Amino acid sequence: MVVPSLKLQDLIEEIRGAKTQAQEREVIQKECAHIRASFRDGDPLHRHRQLAKLLYVHMLGYPAHFGQMECLKLIASPRFTDKRVGYLGAMLLLDERQDAHLLITNSIKNDLSQGIQAVQGLALCTLSTVGSAEMCRDLATEVEKLLLQPSSYVRKKAVLTAVHMIRKVPELSNIFLPPCAQLLHERHHGILLGTITLIMELCERSPAALKHFRKVVPQLVQILRTLVTTGYSVEHSVSGVSDPFLQVQILRLLRILGQNHEESSETMNDLLAQVATNTDTSRNAGNAVLFETVLTIMDIRAAAGLRVLAVNILGRFLLNNDRNIRYVALTSLLRMVQSDHSAVQRHRPTVVECLREPDASLSRRALELSLALVNSSNVRAMTQELQSFLESCPPDLRADCASGILLAAERFAPTKRWHIDTILRVLTTAGTHVRDDAVANLTQLIGGAQELHAYSVRRLYSALADDISQQPLVQVAAWCIGEYGDLLLEGGCEETEPLQVEEEKVLALLEKVLQSHMSLPATRGYALTALMKLSTRLRGDNKAAILEKMPLVERGGTQDEEAKESKEAQLSEAALVATEPQASKLLDLLDLLDGTSGAAQPPPAPEPSPGGTLVHLLDLPCASPAPASIPNLRVFEREGLQLNLSFVRPPGTPALLLITVTAINTSGADVTHFVCQAAVPKSFQLQLQAPSGDTVPAQGGLPVTQLLRILNPNKAPLRLKLRLTYNHFGQSVQEIFEVNNLPVETWQ
Amino acid sequence: MIKAILIFNNHGKPRLSKFYQPYSEDTQQQIIRETFHLVSKRDENVCNFLEGGLLIGGSDNKLIYRHYATLYFVFCVDSSESELGILDLIQVFVETLDKCFENVCELDLIFHVDKVHNILAKMVMGGMVLETNMNEIVTQIDAQNKLEKSEAGLAGAPARAVSAVKNMNLPEIPRNINIGDISIKVPNLPSFK
Repeated sequence: MVVPSLKLQDLIEEIRGAKTQAQEREVIQKECAHIRASFRDGDPLHRHRQLAKLLYVHMLGYPAHFGQMECLKLIASPRFTDKRVGYLGAMLLLDERQDAHLLITNSIKNDLSQGIQAVQGLALCTLSTVGSAEMCRDLATEVEKLLLQPSSYVRKKAVLTAVHMIRKVPELSNIFLPPCAQLLHERHHGILLGTITLIMELCERSPAALKHFRKVVPQLVQILRTLVTTGYSVEHSVSGVSDPFLQVQILRLLRILGQNHEESSETMNDLLAQVATNTDTSRNAGNAVLFETVLTIMDIRAAAGLRVLAVNILGRFLLNNDRNIRYVALTSLLRMVQSDHSAVQRHRPTVVECLREPDASLSRRALELSLALVNSSNVRAMTQELQSFLESCPPDLRADCASGILLAAERFAPTKRWHIDTILRVLTTAGTHVRDDAVANLTQLIGGAQELHAYSVRRLYSALADDISQQPLVQVAAWCIGEYGDLLLEGGCEETEPLQVEEEKVLALLEKVLQSHMSLPATRGYALTALMKLSTRLRGDNKAAILEKMPLVERGGTQDEEAKESKEAQLSEAALVATEPQASKLLDLLDLLDGTSGAAQPPPAPEPSPGGTLVHLLDLPCASPAPASIPNLRVFEREGLQLNLSFVRPPGTPALLLITVTAINTSGADVTHFVCQAAVPKSFQLQLQAPSGDTVPAQGGLPVTQLLRILNPNKAPLRLKLRLTYNHFGQSVQEIFEVNNLPVETWQ
Repeated sequence: MIKAILIFNNHGKPRLSKFYQPYSEDTQQQIIRETFHLVSKRDENVCNFLEGGLLIGGSDNKLIYRHYATLYFVFCVDSSESELGILDLIQVFVETLDKCFENVCELDLIFHVDKVHNILAKMVMGGMVLETNMNEIVTQIDAQNKLEKSEAGLAGAPARAVSAVKNMNLPEIPRNINIGDISIKVPNLPSFK
């Protein structure tokens, strides 16, 4: 018994009856199985119905590629019903990336040349939607023939198909240029519309064509004039305007032809004035025509009076109640802000009003236009407006607004102090949205303005005291305090409120920044540098306080090169510099791993120049490692000195491995001058932190610990070589060995 | 140029999707979802224009939409189209649908999506505006519907007869028909295959 296949409507009914996504999927899969079977059986009668159903489920997002060949069969069928669904399927399923695409070329060729309008229309429609370059080349002459065929239905489609063909194969312009002149004499609006589109495409592609078509400007003017002055025509009217679509197209073509060409511009002057003054603006259609007219006037060599008229029309529309009109007005003003700056400036107050629009599309346009309107005379007022906009604007506009203000400030700042104030305000309001170079720019600006050092540091200090979360602001403030801390503590500065600041407070603030979980590693670096600078600039008993902070250096210390270079002498007693001498020894160590890991390379971690690698490692959270229970490993034992490794893989950072090396001495004599170094294969990054000491006391006294941080982004198998040097029982010992039996959890 | 025309309902279910540039199926569905997401966030009394989402080409392209009852009509266009013109085009499209379906509603679009494609193909072709005269479009649609009906009418008759007979479930015909005291024995008819 043959189950009658579902009609499209019935399938849709069933799909709508499904209560859940899963049910819908089931219904569709079942039906697709039937459709597949039906395609296999090759039932020609219901093929179109099956394909129609398949196209429906395709719209809902289900796979339909197995229908591609069926499209071809349907297109080849003599029946119109079949062809219609087949061509629709081709447009939906057979774009030019599909292998089967070219196979429709022959069918299209046949259908174009046989006489039934409806079928020719289908073929043209498909060709213009999915026709590839190759197909267009093959079928160009067929389409050219159809440009002159009597049926207007076919001709208008042929014209638009020609546009598509030229886009795909620009050389075809030669074939389609000659018929245009004759086509312009058509009365049928559809053909005219297509012809004008075709002429625009030709002109945009070739200056020669552009020159050629300037001849038709008078004709176009005539057509437009007829449209505008003829009375109400039911046929083509949209809200009382005669064929606004055709009017807009003609205006666009006139714009292209009149640009930079006096003579053509002159020919259209009167008409443009007429359209601009006579168009009914109570409905959208009239406004569409009017806008196009305004754009054309502004782009061609129009008379001065006409230009003024155009800008005034736009100004009026900025005040229109209809938001669509305001949107288009803003867009149009943006287009002409470069060429007619002063004219657009006159509407600045209204534009600024639009910033306060709740509609995000409008406020975005208003922002772009406002930024373009800032100049040296209005910069203070405009920046004020933009700053208040920044405070309340939608998040996706923040970055643009912030960088726009900063750029405008850079170009037009009346005074340095105003400039600093402006940047400061932007950093406070939208610090997270500014570009990376904002910090560098501000520090340079402040650095260069000697008279404003005191002022800057006081303002920044106050801002920082209020809020330490905005990273760019914190960075600049920290830098400034470090540089000019003495000015900060000195006392009054005329330009700000008297602020009594004590050393303790300053140091406490910097420490707070250092400790805050919100601070990025770069920010911590700034704070640290500032502290170090202050240690020379401030008087008083600070050395002790500064030295107390040394343990923090383990986390962020080696990062700031500048700091090391200038402060090394002073801080040599601190453990900070421990990493330097290790560098050369590690080179030796890595030689040992050469055989296994390839060419010798300097160790990535304690390099003298702070590379990106350090930042990498330091980007990772320094939080105390969460328990990840990898078994400990005893790697070395000699005469009572034991070395154990314990491993932690912090959960948030899969590439990171923390190894704690613990040295315990159970013998009767101390181990002194204990140094442990490590090397890893070159795809890893290693950082050795300073050990807790270099003496491992006897009888199981306090062990020496050292932390190794290993970054393994490629999840390669871990290999580790250790080198120990120490004195024990009066002898100096050196041991080099590779750690075996590393548990897989350390690197997987 | 018009890049895509999408119709979906207030819940984002697509009712028509037509792309005038090649996109993979996945991308098409993503574009529909992204567009719905952008458009449904809009208030009722804001303008009908939006920057295009990333998938459809970002800020060079615009989404011009109209909200009619339960349906969103969205045209994704590039910067060469007149925004107000496209608004009018959407209006003409909907009015044409109204004429073809007689007081069109969402159900019409759901159950006759292929017809909607045909109507749209008369107005926009290859991403360009083809015809905006409603009467002309309706006339052409009527003519083509007649053509289809005539094909289905005569040519389809023998096929329909065959399938009707094939689908008759002969074994289920009662062997004995008893109505009152009339008893008719039904002969064994050979089954049609």
